[in-house]
Amino acid sequence: MTTANENAVAKYKNNFLKEVEATVEEGHWVKMCMQCGVCAGSCPFGPHWEHSPQKIFMMIRAGKREEVLKSDSMWMCTSCYNCMVRCPRELPITHIMHGLANYAYRLGLSPKGQPNQAIAKLFWDSALKYGRVNELKFSLAMYFRDGFVQGVKNALAMQSVGLGLVKAGRLNPMEIISGHTCKDTSGIHKMIAKAREIEDRRRGLA
Amino acid sequence: MTKKQYAFYPGCSSQKGASAANYITSFGVICDKLDIQLNEIPDWNCCAASIGYAEGGELPRIVMGARNLALSEQHLPGQDIVSGCPACWLANREATERLQHSSSLMAEANEALKEVSLNLRSDFNTKSRHFTEVLIEDIGYAAMKEAVIKPLAGVKIAGYVGCQANRPYGIAGESFENPQYLDKMIETCGAEAVPYDQKVTCCGGALAFSEPEKAQALIQDIVGSAYDHGADMIVTPCPLCQANVEIYQSEINKKKGTKFNMPVVYYTQLMNVAYGGSIKEAGLDGQLIRAEKLEKIAGK
Repeated sequence: MTTANENAVAKYKNNFLKEVEATVEEGHWVKMCMQCGVCAGSCPFGPHWEHSPQKIFMMIRAGKREEVLKSDSMWMCTSCYNCMVRCPRELPITHIMHGLANYAYRLGLSPKGQPNQAIAKLFWDSALKYGRVNELKFSLAMYFRDGFVQGVKNALAMQSVGLGLVKAGRLNPMEIISGHTCKDTSGIHKMIAKAREIEDRRRGLA
Repeated sequence: MTKKQYAFYPGCSSQKGASAANYITSFGVICDKLDIQLNEIPDWNCCAASIGYAEGGELPRIVMGARNLALSEQHLPGQDIVSGCPACWLANREATERLQHSSSLMAEANEALKEVSLNLRSDFNTKSRHFTEVLIEDIGYAAMKEAVIKPLAGVKIAGYVGCQANRPYGIAGESFENPQYLDKMIETCGAEAVPYDQKVTCCGGALAFSEPEKAQALIQDIVGSAYDHGADMIVTPCPLCQANVEIYQSEINKKKGTKFNMPVVYYTQLMNVAYGGSIKEAGLDGQLIRAEKLEKIAGK
Protein backbone atom coordinates (compact mmCIF):
# COMPACT_ATOMS: atom_id res chain seq x y z
CA MET A 1 0.00 0.00 0.00
CA THR A 2 1.36 3.40 -0.91
CA THR A 3 1.26 6.30 1.52
CA ALA A 4 -0.55 9.58 0.91
CA ASN A 5 2.87 11.20 0.51
CA GLU A 6 3.98 8.73 -2.17
CA ASN A 7 0.67 9.20 -3.97
CA ALA A 8 1.12 12.98 -3.95
CA VAL A 9 4.69 12.73 -5.26
CA ALA A 10 3.57 10.43 -8.07
CA LYS A 11 0.58 12.58 -8.95
CA TYR A 12 2.19 16.03 -8.99
CA LYS A 13 5.75 14.95 -9.96
CA ASN A 14 7.95 18.00 -9.62
CA ASN A 15 5.19 20.58 -9.73
CA PHE A 16 4.95 21.50 -6.06
CA LEU A 17 3.05 24.73 -6.79
CA LYS A 18 0.33 22.72 -8.51
CA GLU A 19 0.24 20.32 -5.55
CA VAL A 20 -0.14 23.21 -3.09
CA GLU A 21 -2.87 24.78 -5.19
CA ALA A 22 -4.82 21.52 -5.24
CA THR A 23 -4.35 20.33 -1.67
CA VAL A 24 -3.57 23.25 0.66
CA GLU A 25 -6.21 25.56 2.13
CA GLU A 26 -6.16 28.82 0.12
CA GLY A 27 -3.13 27.41 -1.75
CA HIS A 28 -4.32 28.90 -5.03
CA TRP A 29 -3.17 32.30 -3.73
CA VAL A 30 0.53 31.36 -3.50
CA LYS A 31 1.40 32.39 -7.06
CA MET A 32 0.10 35.92 -6.32
CA CYS A 33 2.96 36.71 -3.89
CA MET A 34 5.15 39.52 -5.26
CA GLN A 35 8.01 38.96 -2.77
CA CYS A 36 7.80 42.34 -1.03
CA GLY A 37 8.64 40.87 2.39
CA VAL A 38 6.11 42.82 4.45
CA CYS A 39 4.83 39.52 5.94
CA ALA A 40 8.34 38.58 7.04
CA GLY A 41 8.79 41.92 8.79
CA SER A 42 5.36 41.86 10.44
CA CYS A 43 5.49 38.54 12.27
CA PRO A 44 5.72 38.65 16.10
CA PHE A 45 7.60 35.33 16.00
CA GLY A 46 9.56 36.43 12.91
CA PRO A 47 13.03 35.80 14.34
CA HIS A 48 12.03 32.22 15.12
CA TRP A 49 10.96 31.22 11.60
CA GLU A 50 13.60 29.29 9.66
CA HIS A 51 11.87 30.46 6.47
CA SER A 52 9.57 33.51 6.45
CA PRO A 53 6.21 33.28 4.61
CA GLN A 54 7.76 35.31 1.77
CA LYS A 55 10.54 32.76 1.44
CA ILE A 56 8.14 29.83 1.73
CA PHE A 57 6.08 31.21 -1.17
CA MET A 58 9.18 31.38 -3.35
CA MET A 59 10.35 27.94 -2.23
CA ILE A 60 6.97 26.50 -3.26
CA ARG A 61 7.36 27.98 -6.72
CA ALA A 62 10.93 26.67 -6.90
CA GLY A 63 9.68 23.15 -6.12
CA LYS A 64 11.43 22.83 -2.74
CA ARG A 65 8.84 20.33 -1.56
CA GLU A 66 10.75 18.52 1.19
CA GLU A 67 12.33 21.69 2.59
CA VAL A 68 8.94 23.37 2.90
CA LEU A 69 6.89 20.48 4.25
CA LYS A 70 9.55 19.30 6.72
CA SER A 71 10.16 22.82 8.03
CA ASP A 72 8.92 23.91 11.45
CA SER A 73 8.40 27.45 10.12
CA MET A 74 4.64 27.35 9.54
CA TRP A 75 4.21 25.97 13.05
CA MET A 76 5.48 29.30 14.44
CA CYS A 77 2.29 31.11 13.40
CA THR A 78 0.55 32.70 16.42
CA SER A 79 -2.54 33.50 14.27
CA CYS A 80 -2.12 37.23 14.88
CA TYR A 81 -3.16 38.04 11.27
CA ASN A 82 -0.65 40.89 11.01
CA CYS A 83 0.88 39.55 7.76
CA MET A 84 -2.56 39.05 6.29
CA VAL A 85 -3.90 42.59 6.83
CA ARG A 86 -0.64 44.16 5.67
CA CYS A 87 -0.13 42.11 2.50
CA PRO A 88 -0.45 44.53 -0.44
CA ARG A 89 -1.78 41.69 -2.60
CA GLU A 90 -4.24 40.68 0.16
CA LEU A 91 -3.11 37.08 0.30
CA PRO A 92 -4.71 35.16 3.19
CA ILE A 93 -1.21 34.36 4.48
CA THR A 94 -2.28 33.15 7.93
CA HIS A 95 -4.63 30.59 6.40
CA ILE A 96 -2.03 29.46 3.85
CA MET A 97 0.50 28.88 6.65
CA HIS A 98 -2.11 26.91 8.63
CA GLY A 99 -2.98 24.99 5.47
CA LEU A 100 0.66 24.11 4.72
CA ALA A 101 1.23 22.98 8.30
CA ASN A 102 -1.90 20.83 8.18
CA TYR A 103 -0.93 19.28 4.84
CA ALA A 104 2.60 18.48 6.04
CA TYR A 105 1.16 16.97 9.21
CA ARG A 106 -1.35 14.84 7.33
CA LEU A 107 1.39 13.54 5.00
CA GLY A 108 3.51 12.63 8.02
CA LEU A 109 6.32 14.99 7.00
CA SER A 110 6.04 17.67 9.71
CA PRO A 111 8.73 17.68 12.42
CA LYS A 112 7.95 15.18 15.18
CA GLY A 113 7.51 16.55 18.67
CA GLN A 114 7.20 20.16 17.50
CA PRO A 115 5.54 21.81 20.55
CA ASN A 116 3.07 23.99 18.63
CA GLN A 117 1.97 21.00 16.61
CA ALA A 118 1.44 19.14 19.88
CA ILE A 119 -0.71 21.90 21.37
CA ALA A 120 -2.74 22.29 18.19
CA LYS A 121 -3.54 18.58 18.16
CA LEU A 122 -4.36 18.46 21.88
CA PHE A 123 -6.65 21.46 21.50
CA TRP A 124 -8.59 19.89 18.66
CA ASP A 125 -8.84 16.53 20.43
CA SER A 126 -10.17 18.21 23.56
CA ALA A 127 -12.69 20.31 21.63
CA LEU A 128 -13.93 17.31 19.73
CA LYS A 129 -14.16 14.85 22.61
CA TYR A 130 -16.66 16.89 24.63
CA GLY A 131 -17.75 19.38 21.97
CA ARG A 132 -16.12 22.06 24.13
CA VAL A 133 -12.55 22.52 25.33
CA ASN A 134 -11.86 21.22 28.82
CA GLU A 135 -9.21 23.70 29.93
CA LEU A 136 -7.95 21.61 32.84
CA LYS A 137 -7.53 18.36 30.90
CA PHE A 138 -6.10 20.26 27.94
CA SER A 139 -3.49 21.98 30.16
CA LEU A 140 -2.53 18.75 31.91
CA ALA A 141 -2.25 16.89 28.60
CA MET A 142 0.08 19.64 27.39
CA TYR A 143 2.26 19.42 30.52
CA PHE A 144 2.38 15.62 30.44
CA ARG A 145 2.99 15.18 26.71
CA ASP A 146 6.66 14.31 27.27
CA GLY A 147 5.98 11.70 29.92
CA PHE A 148 5.09 11.58 33.58
CA VAL A 149 8.31 12.89 35.14
CA GLN A 150 8.51 15.94 32.88
CA GLY A 151 4.78 16.45 33.41
CA VAL A 152 5.08 16.61 37.17
CA LYS A 153 7.98 19.07 36.77
CA ASN A 154 5.95 21.26 34.39
CA ALA A 155 2.88 21.15 36.61
CA LEU A 156 4.90 22.03 39.72
CA ALA A 157 6.55 24.94 37.93
CA MET A 158 3.11 26.40 37.19
CA GLN A 159 1.57 25.34 40.52
CA SER A 160 1.19 28.81 42.00
CA VAL A 161 -0.46 30.12 38.84
CA GLY A 162 -2.82 27.13 38.80
CA LEU A 163 -3.79 27.56 42.44
CA GLY A 164 -4.29 31.29 41.86
CA LEU A 165 -6.72 30.52 39.05
CA VAL A 166 -8.59 27.98 41.19
CA LYS A 167 -8.87 30.56 43.98
CA ALA A 168 -10.11 33.18 41.49
CA GLY A 169 -12.80 30.79 40.22
CA ARG A 170 -11.21 30.50 36.80
CA LEU A 171 -10.01 26.88 36.98
CA ASN A 172 -12.24 24.15 38.34
CA PRO A 173 -10.43 21.06 39.69
CA MET A 174 -13.69 19.10 39.27
CA GLU A 175 -13.27 19.37 35.49
CA ILE A 176 -10.96 16.38 35.73
CA ILE A 177 -13.98 14.14 36.37
CA SER A 178 -16.97 16.09 35.10
CA GLY A 179 -16.37 18.98 32.77
CA HIS A 180 -18.54 21.06 30.48
CA THR A 181 -19.85 19.09 27.56
CA CYS A 182 -22.27 19.34 24.65
CA LYS A 183 -25.41 17.22 24.78
CA ASP A 184 -24.94 15.88 21.27
CA THR A 185 -21.28 14.84 21.41
CA SER A 186 -21.96 11.63 19.46
CA GLY A 187 -23.60 13.67 16.69
CA ILE A 188 -20.61 16.04 16.65
CA HIS A 189 -18.24 13.08 16.32
CA LYS A 190 -20.21 11.73 13.36
CA MET A 191 -20.43 15.18 11.77
CA ILE A 192 -16.67 15.75 11.99
CA ALA A 193 -15.88 12.22 10.77
CA LYS A 194 -18.05 12.94 7.74
CA ALA A 195 -16.39 16.32 7.13
CA ARG A 196 -12.96 14.72 7.32
CA GLU A 197 -14.00 11.96 4.95
CA ILE A 198 -15.24 14.50 2.38
CA GLU A 199 -12.14 16.65 2.68
CA ASP A 200 -9.69 13.74 2.54
CA ARG A 201 -11.35 12.49 -0.63
CA ARG A 202 -11.07 15.93 -2.22
CA ARG A 203 -7.40 16.35 -1.18
CA GLY A 204 -6.29 12.85 -2.15
CA LEU A 205 -5.57 11.92 1.47
CA ALA A 206 -8.19 9.15 1.73
CA MET B 1 -38.22 49.78 26.65
CA THR B 2 -37.93 46.57 24.64
CA LYS B 3 -34.63 44.84 24.96
CA LYS B 4 -32.35 44.31 21.99
CA GLN B 5 -32.16 40.57 21.34
CA TYR B 6 -29.03 38.67 20.30
CA ALA B 7 -28.07 35.03 19.88
CA PHE B 8 -25.23 34.57 22.35
CA TYR B 9 -22.21 32.38 21.72
CA PRO B 10 -20.26 32.32 25.03
CA GLY B 11 -17.31 30.15 23.96
CA CYS B 12 -15.38 27.61 26.02
CA SER B 13 -13.29 30.00 28.14
CA SER B 14 -16.39 31.88 29.30
CA GLN B 15 -18.10 28.90 30.91
CA LYS B 16 -18.53 28.63 34.67
CA GLY B 17 -15.21 27.83 36.31
CA ALA B 18 -13.25 28.47 33.10
CA SER B 19 -10.47 31.00 32.55
CA ALA B 20 -12.72 33.90 31.49
CA ALA B 21 -15.71 33.13 33.75
CA ASN B 22 -15.37 36.58 35.35
CA TYR B 23 -15.58 38.25 31.92
CA ILE B 24 -19.10 36.94 31.34
CA THR B 25 -20.08 37.78 34.92
CA SER B 26 -19.26 41.40 34.16
CA PHE B 27 -21.73 41.48 31.22
CA GLY B 28 -24.73 41.30 33.59
CA VAL B 29 -24.97 44.89 34.85
CA ILE B 30 -24.13 46.25 31.37
CA CYS B 31 -26.89 44.28 29.65
CA ASP B 32 -29.41 45.39 32.32
CA LYS B 33 -28.41 49.03 32.00
CA LEU B 34 -28.30 49.12 28.22
CA ASP B 35 -31.35 46.89 27.58
CA ILE B 36 -29.43 44.12 25.87
CA GLN B 37 -30.64 40.54 26.06
CA LEU B 38 -28.19 37.75 25.21
CA ASN B 39 -29.92 34.43 24.43
CA GLU B 40 -27.50 31.52 24.65
CA ILE B 41 -27.43 29.28 21.55
CA PRO B 42 -28.61 25.83 22.76
CA ASP B 43 -25.91 23.14 22.81
CA TRP B 44 -23.30 25.32 21.06
CA ASN B 45 -19.93 23.65 20.43
CA CYS B 46 -16.33 24.90 20.38
CA CYS B 47 -15.71 27.32 17.50
CA ALA B 48 -12.52 25.33 16.61
CA ALA B 49 -10.38 28.48 17.08
CA SER B 50 -7.36 29.29 14.91
CA ILE B 51 -5.20 26.68 16.62
CA GLY B 52 -7.61 23.94 15.50
CA TYR B 53 -6.02 23.96 12.05
CA ALA B 54 -3.37 21.29 12.59
CA GLU B 55 -5.64 18.35 13.28
CA GLY B 56 -8.87 19.93 12.05
CA GLY B 57 -7.96 21.01 8.54
CA GLU B 58 -10.32 23.25 6.61
CA LEU B 59 -13.72 21.58 6.28
CA PRO B 60 -13.96 20.00 9.76
CA ARG B 61 -12.99 23.36 11.29
CA ILE B 62 -15.57 25.25 9.27
CA VAL B 63 -18.21 22.59 10.00
CA MET B 64 -17.68 23.14 13.74
CA GLY B 65 -18.65 26.76 13.08
CA ALA B 66 -21.48 25.77 10.73
CA ARG B 67 -23.17 23.71 13.45
CA ASN B 68 -23.27 26.77 15.73
CA LEU B 69 -24.59 28.95 12.91
CA ALA B 70 -27.30 26.40 12.06
CA LEU B 71 -28.34 26.00 15.71
CA SER B 72 -28.58 29.75 16.06
CA GLU B 73 -30.69 30.01 12.92
CA GLN B 74 -32.99 27.23 14.11
CA HIS B 75 -33.55 28.40 17.69
CA LEU B 76 -32.98 32.15 17.51
CA PRO B 77 -33.87 33.14 13.93
CA GLY B 78 -33.15 36.69 12.85
CA GLN B 79 -30.84 37.45 15.78
CA ASP B 80 -27.21 38.43 15.20
CA ILE B 81 -24.73 36.01 16.78
CA VAL B 82 -22.69 37.77 19.47
CA SER B 83 -19.56 36.57 21.22
CA GLY B 84 -17.33 38.19 23.82
CA CYS B 85 -14.29 36.25 22.66
CA PRO B 86 -12.50 37.58 19.56
CA ALA B 87 -11.31 34.08 18.57
CA CYS B 88 -14.90 32.75 18.66
CA TRP B 89 -16.12 35.80 16.79
CA LEU B 90 -13.42 35.35 14.15
CA ALA B 91 -14.14 31.64 13.73
CA ASN B 92 -17.92 32.12 13.46
CA ARG B 93 -17.55 35.05 11.09
CA GLU B 94 -14.95 33.28 8.98
CA ALA B 95 -17.16 30.17 8.72
CA THR B 96 -20.06 32.39 7.62
CA GLU B 97 -18.03 34.20 4.96
CA ARG B 98 -16.33 31.10 3.61
CA LEU B 99 -19.65 29.28 3.31
CA GLN B 100 -21.34 32.25 1.66
CA HIS B 101 -18.44 32.59 -0.74
CA SER B 102 -18.31 28.99 -1.99
CA SER B 103 -21.35 26.95 -2.96
CA SER B 104 -19.24 23.78 -3.09
CA LEU B 105 -17.99 24.34 0.50
CA MET B 106 -21.61 25.01 1.54
CA ALA B 107 -22.72 21.74 -0.07
CA GLU B 108 -19.94 19.83 1.70
CA ALA B 109 -20.74 21.47 5.04
CA ASN B 110 -24.42 20.61 4.66
CA GLU B 111 -23.52 17.00 3.90
CA ALA B 112 -21.66 16.85 7.23
CA LEU B 113 -24.46 18.76 9.04
CA LYS B 114 -26.90 16.01 8.00
CA GLU B 115 -25.23 13.85 10.65
CA VAL B 116 -26.67 16.19 13.32
CA SER B 117 -29.95 16.78 11.43
CA LEU B 118 -29.12 20.42 10.72
CA ASN B 119 -28.94 22.44 7.55
CA LEU B 120 -27.78 25.88 6.43
CA ARG B 121 -29.79 27.63 3.73
CA SER B 122 -27.81 28.69 0.67
CA ASP B 123 -28.81 32.31 1.37
CA PHE B 124 -27.75 32.08 5.02
CA ASN B 125 -26.91 35.61 6.05
CA THR B 126 -26.76 35.89 9.85
CA LYS B 127 -24.08 38.26 11.09
CA SER B 128 -21.48 37.16 13.63
CA ARG B 129 -20.39 40.03 15.84
CA HIS B 130 -18.18 40.82 18.79
CA PHE B 131 -19.79 42.30 21.92
CA THR B 132 -17.81 45.53 21.42
CA GLU B 133 -19.54 45.92 18.04
CA VAL B 134 -22.95 45.70 19.70
CA LEU B 135 -21.91 48.36 22.20
CA ILE B 136 -20.33 50.69 19.66
CA GLU B 137 -22.72 50.26 16.72
CA ASP B 138 -26.09 49.44 18.30
CA ILE B 139 -25.78 51.37 21.57
CA GLY B 140 -23.20 54.05 20.69
CA TYR B 141 -20.56 55.86 22.73
CA ALA B 142 -22.99 58.60 23.84
CA ALA B 143 -25.51 56.15 25.31
CA MET B 144 -22.68 54.15 26.88
CA LYS B 145 -21.52 57.34 28.58
CA GLU B 146 -25.02 58.33 29.73
CA ALA B 147 -25.32 55.16 31.78
CA VAL B 148 -22.23 56.00 33.86
CA ILE B 149 -23.02 56.79 37.50
CA LYS B 150 -19.52 56.39 38.95
CA PRO B 151 -16.98 57.92 36.55
CA LEU B 152 -13.59 56.23 36.91
CA ALA B 153 -11.86 59.56 37.56
CA GLY B 154 -8.10 59.42 37.92
CA VAL B 155 -7.69 55.84 36.68
CA LYS B 156 -5.01 55.62 33.99
CA ILE B 157 -5.49 52.80 31.53
CA ALA B 158 -3.48 51.21 28.72
CA GLY B 159 -5.98 50.01 26.11
CA TYR B 160 -4.59 46.74 24.82
CA VAL B 161 -6.58 45.67 21.74
CA GLY B 162 -4.34 42.71 20.78
CA CYS B 163 -4.73 40.71 17.59
CA GLN B 164 -7.98 38.97 16.85
CA ALA B 165 -10.19 41.79 18.21
CA ASN B 166 -8.49 43.88 15.54
CA ARG B 167 -7.41 41.59 12.71
CA PRO B 168 -8.37 40.36 10.19
CA TYR B 169 -11.85 41.87 10.66
CA GLY B 170 -11.63 44.50 13.36
CA ILE B 171 -14.25 47.10 14.12
CA ALA B 172 -15.71 48.95 11.13
CA GLY B 173 -13.99 52.26 10.42
CA GLU B 174 -10.96 51.49 12.62
CA SER B 175 -7.39 51.06 11.40
CA PHE B 176 -5.43 47.87 12.00
CA GLU B 177 -2.34 49.73 13.16
CA ASN B 178 -3.89 52.16 15.63
CA PRO B 179 -7.53 51.39 16.44
CA GLN B 180 -9.21 53.99 18.65
CA TYR B 181 -12.35 52.24 19.86
CA LEU B 182 -11.00 50.80 23.08
CA ASP B 183 -9.53 54.15 24.13
CA LYS B 184 -12.90 55.76 23.41
CA MET B 185 -14.68 53.16 25.54
CA ILE B 186 -12.21 53.78 28.37
CA GLU B 187 -12.96 57.49 28.16
CA THR B 188 -16.73 56.99 28.16
CA CYS B 189 -16.21 55.41 31.60
CA GLY B 190 -14.49 58.58 32.79
CA ALA B 191 -11.03 56.99 32.94
CA GLU B 192 -7.92 58.23 31.15
CA ALA B 193 -6.56 56.28 28.16
CA VAL B 194 -2.78 56.71 28.22
CA PRO B 195 -0.78 56.63 24.97
CA TYR B 196 0.29 53.03 24.50
CA ASP B 197 2.65 51.76 21.82
CA GLN B 198 1.95 48.04 22.36
CA LYS B 199 -1.76 48.41 21.62
CA VAL B 200 -1.87 45.80 18.84
CA THR B 201 1.11 43.60 19.77
CA CYS B 202 0.53 39.85 19.79
CA CYS B 203 0.61 38.16 23.24
CA GLY B 204 1.62 34.84 21.68
CA GLY B 205 -1.95 33.52 21.64
CA ALA B 206 -2.24 29.78 22.13
CA LEU B 207 1.52 29.47 21.65
CA ALA B 208 2.09 31.10 25.06
CA PHE B 209 1.51 27.55 26.28
CA SER B 210 3.85 25.74 23.90
CA GLU B 211 6.50 28.42 23.33
CA PRO B 212 6.63 30.12 26.75
CA GLU B 213 10.00 31.86 26.23
CA LYS B 214 9.07 33.40 22.89
CA ALA B 215 5.61 34.50 24.04
CA GLN B 216 6.82 35.88 27.35
CA ALA B 217 9.23 38.16 25.50
CA LEU B 218 6.18 39.73 23.80
CA ILE B 219 4.21 39.88 27.06
CA GLN B 220 7.17 41.61 28.72
CA ASP B 221 6.96 44.36 26.07
CA ILE B 222 3.18 44.65 26.51
CA VAL B 223 3.34 45.02 30.31
CA GLY B 224 6.57 47.05 30.32
CA SER B 225 5.13 49.65 27.98
CA ALA B 226 2.03 50.05 30.18
CA TYR B 227 4.37 50.89 33.07
CA ASP B 228 6.40 53.26 30.88
CA HIS B 229 3.26 55.23 30.08
CA GLY B 230 2.12 55.46 33.68
CA ALA B 231 -0.86 53.11 33.41
CA ASP B 232 -2.58 51.77 36.54
CA MET B 233 -3.91 48.80 34.62
CA ILE B 234 -4.28 47.22 31.19
CA VAL B 235 -7.71 46.77 29.61
CA THR B 236 -8.45 44.20 26.90
CA PRO B 237 -11.40 42.85 24.89
CA CYS B 238 -9.93 39.31 24.62
CA PRO B 239 -9.99 36.38 27.10
CA LEU B 240 -6.74 34.89 25.79
CA CYS B 241 -4.90 38.24 25.89
CA GLN B 242 -6.23 38.79 29.41
CA ALA B 243 -5.08 35.38 30.61
CA ASN B 244 -1.66 35.47 28.95
CA VAL B 245 -0.78 39.02 29.94
CA GLU B 246 -1.95 38.56 33.55
CA ILE B 247 -0.89 34.99 34.32
CA TYR B 248 2.67 35.09 33.00
CA GLN B 249 3.76 38.27 34.80
CA SER B 250 4.91 36.19 37.79
CA GLU B 251 6.90 33.90 35.46
CA ILE B 252 8.57 36.90 33.79
CA ASN B 253 9.40 38.33 37.22
CA LYS B 254 11.08 35.04 38.16
CA LYS B 255 13.09 34.76 34.95
CA LYS B 256 13.87 38.39 34.15
CA GLY B 257 13.97 40.03 37.57
CA THR B 258 11.15 42.46 36.74
CA LYS B 259 8.65 43.50 39.38
CA PHE B 260 5.51 43.36 37.28
CA ASN B 261 2.22 43.51 39.14
CA MET B 262 -0.02 45.14 36.53
CA PRO B 263 -3.74 44.33 36.71
CA VAL B 264 -5.29 43.23 33.40
CA VAL B 265 -9.07 43.65 33.23
CA TYR B 266 -11.78 43.54 30.58
CA TYR B 267 -13.48 46.65 29.13
CA THR B 268 -16.74 45.20 30.49
CA GLN B 269 -15.35 45.26 34.02
CA LEU B 270 -14.59 48.98 33.65
CA MET B 271 -18.10 49.65 32.35
CA ASN B 272 -19.64 47.48 35.04
CA VAL B 273 -17.95 49.45 37.84
CA ALA B 274 -18.76 52.78 36.14
CA TYR B 275 -22.40 51.65 35.94
CA GLY B 276 -22.48 50.99 39.69
CA GLY B 277 -21.60 47.27 39.77
CA SER B 278 -20.03 45.72 42.86
CA ILE B 279 -16.66 43.95 42.97
CA LYS B 280 -18.47 40.62 42.58
CA GLU B 281 -20.79 41.83 39.81
CA ALA B 282 -17.80 43.19 37.88
CA GLY B 283 -15.93 39.89 38.31
CA LEU B 284 -13.04 41.75 39.93
CA ASP B 285 -12.74 38.87 42.42
CA GLY B 286 -11.57 36.80 39.44
CA GLN B 287 -8.30 38.70 38.99
CA LEU B 288 -4.97 37.07 39.84
CA ILE B 289 -3.53 40.58 40.14
CA ARG B 290 -6.24 42.55 41.88
CA ALA B 291 -7.30 45.85 40.30
CA GLU B 292 -7.27 47.84 43.52
CA LYS B 293 -8.18 51.20 42.01
CA LEU B 294 -11.32 49.72 40.47
CA GLU B 295 -12.19 47.77 43.59
CA LYS B 296 -12.01 50.98 45.62
CA ILE B 297 -14.51 52.70 43.31
CA ALA B 298 -16.75 49.61 43.16
CA GLY B 299 -16.73 49.36 46.95
CA LYS B 300 -17.89 52.95 47.50
